[in-house]
Amino acid sequence: MTQINRLQAGGRIDRSKPLTFRFDGKSYQGYQGDTLASALLANGVDVVGRSFKYSRPRGIMAAGADEPNAVLQLGATEATQIPNVRATQQAVYDGLEAQPTNGWPSVNLDAMGFVGRWFGRFMPPGFYYKTFMYPQSLWMFYEKHIRRAAGLGRSPRAPDADQYDHINQHADVLVVGGGPAGLGAALAAARAGARVMLADEQEEPGGSLLDSAAQIDGEAASVWVTRVVNELADRENVLLLPRSTVNGYHDHNFLTIHERRADHLGDRAPEGMTRQRLHRVRARWVVLATGAHERPLVYGNNDVPGCFVAAALSTYLRRYAVAPGRSLVVSTANDYGYRAAFDWQDAGHEVVALVDSRANPQGAWQEEARERGLRLITGAAVSDVRGSKRVKAAAIVPLNEDGTQATGSLQWLTCDTVATSGGWSPAVHLSCHTGARPQWRDDIIGFVPGESREQMLTAGAVAGSYSLADCLKEGVSAGLKAATEAGFSGADVPVPTVSELAETPPMALFAVPHPKPNSRAPKQFVDYQNDVTAAGIELATREGFESIEHVKRYTAMGFGTDQGKLGNINGMAIAARSLGQTIPETGTTVFRPNYTPVTFGAIAGRHCRELFEPKRYTAMQPWHEQHGAEFENVGQWKRPWYYPKPGESMQEALNRECLATRESVGILDASTLGKIDIQGKDAREFIGRVYSNAWAKLAPGKCRYGLMCGEDGMVFDDGVTSCLGANHFLMTTTTGGAAHVLEWLELYHQTEWPELEVYFNSVTDHWATMGVAGPNSRKLLAELIEDIDLDGEAFRFMDWRQGTICGVPCRVFRISFTGELQYEINVPAHYGLYIWERLFEHGEKYNLTPYGTETMHILRAEKGFIIAGQDTDGSVHPYDLGMGWAVGENKPFSFIGRRGMKREDCVRPNRKQFVGLKTKDPNIVLPEGAHAVADPSQPKPMAMLGHVTSSYYSAFLGRSIALGFIKGGHERMGDTVYYPLEDGRVVEAEICSTIFLDPKGERQNV
Amino acid sequence: MFHIYCPHCEEYREEEEFHPKGEAHLARPEDPDNCTDEEWGDYLFFRKNPRGVHHELWVHAAGCRKFFNVTRDTQSYRIYETYKIGEQPSKAITA
Repeated sequence: MTQINRLQAGGRIDRSKPLTFRFDGKSYQGYQGDTLASALLANGVDVVGRSFKYSRPRGIMAAGADEPNAVLQLGATEATQIPNVRATQQAVYDGLEAQPTNGWPSVNLDAMGFVGRWFGRFMPPGFYYKTFMYPQSLWMFYEKHIRRAAGLGRSPRAPDADQYDHINQHADVLVVGGGPAGLGAALAAARAGARVMLADEQEEPGGSLLDSAAQIDGEAASVWVTRVVNELADRENVLLLPRSTVNGYHDHNFLTIHERRADHLGDRAPEGMTRQRLHRVRARWVVLATGAHERPLVYGNNDVPGCFVAAALSTYLRRYAVAPGRSLVVSTANDYGYRAAFDWQDAGHEVVALVDSRANPQGAWQEEARERGLRLITGAAVSDVRGSKRVKAAAIVPLNEDGTQATGSLQWLTCDTVATSGGWSPAVHLSCHTGARPQWRDDIIGFVPGESREQMLTAGAVAGSYSLADCLKEGVSAGLKAATEAGFSGADVPVPTVSELAETPPMALFAVPHPKPNSRAPKQFVDYQNDVTAAGIELATREGFESIEHVKRYTAMGFGTDQGKLGNINGMAIAARSLGQTIPETGTTVFRPNYTPVTFGAIAGRHCRELFEPKRYTAMQPWHEQHGAEFENVGQWKRPWYYPKPGESMQEALNRECLATRESVGILDASTLGKIDIQGKDAREFIGRVYSNAWAKLAPGKCRYGLMCGEDGMVFDDGVTSCLGANHFLMTTTTGGAAHVLEWLELYHQTEWPELEVYFNSVTDHWATMGVAGPNSRKLLAELIEDIDLDGEAFRFMDWRQGTICGVPCRVFRISFTGELQYEINVPAHYGLYIWERLFEHGEKYNLTPYGTETMHILRAEKGFIIAGQDTDGSVHPYDLGMGWAVGENKPFSFIGRRGMKREDCVRPNRKQFVGLKTKDPNIVLPEGAHAVADPSQPKPMAMLGHVTSSYYSAFLGRSIALGFIKGGHERMGDTVYYPLEDGRVVEAEICSTIFLDPKGERQNV
Repeated sequence: MFHIYCPHCEEYREEEEFHPKGEAHLARPEDPDNCTDEEWGDYLFFRKNPRGVHHELWVHAAGCRKFFNVTRDTQSYRIYETYKIGEQPSKAITA
């Protein structure tokens, strides 16, 4: 297919580099320098999608981020699918594959279009709410079909093959937008010596200058652009980011920039290159030079392909050498629309009429129009369009002076293209992200950024200055000011000179009246992407939606990927008029990040797959892997969960590990337990204040178990602390609680008791810890440790000793989390694997068996030992746990938790208390979380007595065991409770002691 | 994302290095055991939630591990000053 709409000459495309691409299954040709939109228009493609609700054919309307219709699906393979790509922002590359995002079976033959056409009048705003609300149970059914019928692209079903990066950056001055104001600002700030970043979302910087007929300093505007861009690129203090959209403006001048590095090169990024980057920039000063979006007028059938915003036509004609039609009607409320007519005429095509809504405009632009022999019609505007897949004719209507009423009937003009301009809307989006409310300005008929609380300046069109001379002047001055504020000065940057036609004031015209009332007139679209019409907005206000935020949500105006760039101001004007208010009284909705859609790839960066989260391994990890361990995540740690032998089920492995430990000797890698080294002359006093039990008399060489509570009296961590010396302690914490406990200690030291001389340091990673447990543990260790007397009388339970194991210095703690004779050996971490392997060399004859966290849980539950965080949930104090023995009531200092656990609610009867539970059927293992009731036949909702926190099958006891909470449970030993389960079964259980095994401790005290 | 000046490191660092710890200047009662339930409940549970200037406790968790105070506007997120534990906020910006 030939490029029927391509002009013979001109444009910033390279006609020597033809590119082939596909859209909707058909092959087309474009040129290097084309966007997908310009290439489609060059090929005469009118219909690029179907509308959201009514499934009407839609064509390209705009040339930039404001394009609402040409939102396409890109990707040649499943792995490279990208939804929500605007054709106006995507460069064409050879082999590009694009699909429309809706329309079935194709955009030109759409099955849903029939529905939209014939039933559209029955689909007012709130249609889905009103129609599908009842019966509620069917919503899930409706929703699936509604969503499929709507659709704006789909996510890929295969993993993304490309790589994405995050980069943290700092800048003295970040300039957003590379148009005349942005280039001026960047140049000025750069010459002042500031570190400058310039981000521009287009394929090349220059903005409006790339399609401008203006002269700057006596040269074509594009020549000035090239010179400035070259200077910026040469400067070492400037980072130029083309194809980079500043998508979010966050607190304290933190901005995110989405840079598309390879999206213009191919379906996949070249080898060794990341596809996209997310720059996270902390800028001292920001210059917003984001420009403005042209507002189309709202008129009947204004969505028929062939209807454009006026400035977009100039862009296609002058920048891409594409004339997307043959005969044009321009309808404008200002001088800006004239440019499209002139450019169209210059391209050699017919301007049927240049229609100006102002009654009698007299100025330079009008004069030139007359000189050019254009048919200028004043006091009128386009009110209706005929055609379905392409404009066939446009009707103009005479207007009264303020444009509120049609004063005559429609006059039809044959044409294939309509361009309208209702004025400019500054791109205030980024300024809104900072919380600044846009301010209405009557003189420019638009909202400008509100007063900023950030270190931010605006320049050019975003500030409401539309003349090129003003944009350049404001840009240079904002760049200098930002650099000066950031501490730089002395730059000499002359403001470029331009000659322009003088402007005649614009007229405030948003929706063009139709001779029929809006409710009966043809559809006048305001928000194209969401199919919101002028009549729909009026209906919303009639139904009582008075706040613009409510109107927005009821009609969906400004939703979706479009975020109302094109239609929001028109919609607000229509709502304001319908409510009998002014636009500033009605106000505006605000814009939130992101400005344009960001791919998940860019958001995730490298934080995916194996780099999603840091993993922590102990020194013995290689051994665990070699011996087939299954791993469990505990915080960031990877802990061996159990070690299945070939063919063994999990329960079989657990049974074997438990029995081997109880009958001979087992070993646990306990290196992940938090270890905090505490020193200082007041260390002992400090520990006494943060643990609930007494520490005053713990002598060097001794260990003690402690409970840590919050000020509310509730247990949040526990562990063994050992006295290493008079002023030196080693505290252990739960694996998951280590960081929190250290911060807790620092909090109290720094904010409450700074007078105490005490120092804390995490030594978790410095030591490898091995728990050797079982009746043969002493015999095994005696073979390896020479300088510690392991005799039961010499080295007693809750003692620790320093010594040497296989030539390696070690600390051995005689503590037990299994109820067995147990030693915890600590060696410097880099000796961990070595000692672990020596233990197995000597341990073979004792059937030394490695066990993981699951067996550890079973063994400790048999002894009724709690796991903080599993058996406690922040609502449990030591007395609830039956651990009143660990509360040092006689300590002189009111330790953390003492006052809390005496509050009225903490001492009331019938609190939930920690008990053991034995199911009547010893083979049934209660599910953890199961709720207890007294009578399972009572009506729902049943009165709950408590719940199960830990539950296992104990091979050693030959039955299931469970721990949990029961109201008043300590007084209810022997009572029966019931656990109604989700599957309908009711499990009967007896309340018992939490200690299922060896209540006197005869196994460990040997 | 905030840019926070750590008064101990004497540098601006990214919010990711810090943890917020709630309201600042909450002294633990001198004699907890003689507090009424109401007094202890106030200390434990009741916090200011102002719209505007607020004094907060932060910790430079992934930095120097020191706690310090931040005077911040909860509406604009502007940080007026940061100061060490034991110091008082500038009177000029005390709400």
